[in-house]
Amino acid sequence: MSLTAKDKAAVKDLWAKISGKADDIGQDALSRMLVVYPQTKTYFSHWKDLSPGSAPVRKHGKTVMSGVADAVSKIDDLTSGLLNLSELHAFQLRVDPANFKILSHNILVVLATMFPNDFTPEAHVAMDKFLSALALALSEKYR
Amino acid sequence: MVEWTEFERTTIQDIFSKMNYDVVGQQSLARCLIVYPWTQRYFGNFGNLYNAAAIMGNPMVAAHGRVVLHGLDKAVKNMDNIKAAYAELSVLHSEKLHVDPDNFRLLGDCLTVVVAAQLGAAFTPEVQAAFQKFLAVVISSLQRQYH
Repeated sequence: MSLTAKDKAAVKDLWAKISGKADDIGQDALSRMLVVYPQTKTYFSHWKDLSPGSAPVRKHGKTVMSGVADAVSKIDDLTSGLLNLSELHAFQLRVDPANFKILSHNILVVLATMFPNDFTPEAHVAMDKFLSALALALSEKYR
Repeated sequence: MVEWTEFERTTIQDIFSKMNYDVVGQQSLARCLIVYPWTQRYFGNFGNLYNAAAIMGNPMVAAHGRVVLHGLDKAVKNMDNIKAAYAELSVLHSEKLHVDPDNFRLLGDCLTVVVAAQLGAAFTPEVQAAFQKFLAVVISSLQRQYH
């Protein structure tokens, strides 16, 4: 299920519309993940406050979304482009890759709440494919 | 036995009492067929599903979306025993319709996205958690009679 030229265009198109709110999107998606999928909190036991919109959640949401922005710019070769991030996730963070799907789902939900008119079915499928490809590239160095 | 908090019960009743079943049904099913095109395998006789525009405008998709959403009503009205309420529907989906249960999750995700778009900021993380828990119970009940 690799990204077609049409998918890439749709992702870049949507990204142009939403990138201004990237920080909000990141914070909201992460907040939802921690509430709706409580098992994900196990990765953040070192944070003082895991509640929606807290300072560590906002800061980390920003970090995650700048990774996504980076991926958009490297959409033509995600595997090589995200090599460093993959090593980080594989050797240091050791996040179970199943969680990439969970965060992706919450990013999509946030896009639906914040951009109901732009998040058309066509934009949805392109974004879902992109986030899946991103997750795959992040998993590259795991084993 | 599924334990529901007061908040979860109220949230579910609230969402469904305010929902336009025709719109949400059509949008959710259409989105599912577009975002996960392999789900089209169950709708060979629905005519033109060739592209997103065709799917969005297809009257059979709209009609069936409505049927599915009204099926959810059974769960909304029987939250304390969804398992029993869905026994027949579960047999139907496995024995007659031969639907791979993984599809229930895909449609559920599309329904979540459509409801999120409708409610906007009112679809808070806590509301999302209640809604997804409800869908998880429905899906589990639909899968129960598969063997």
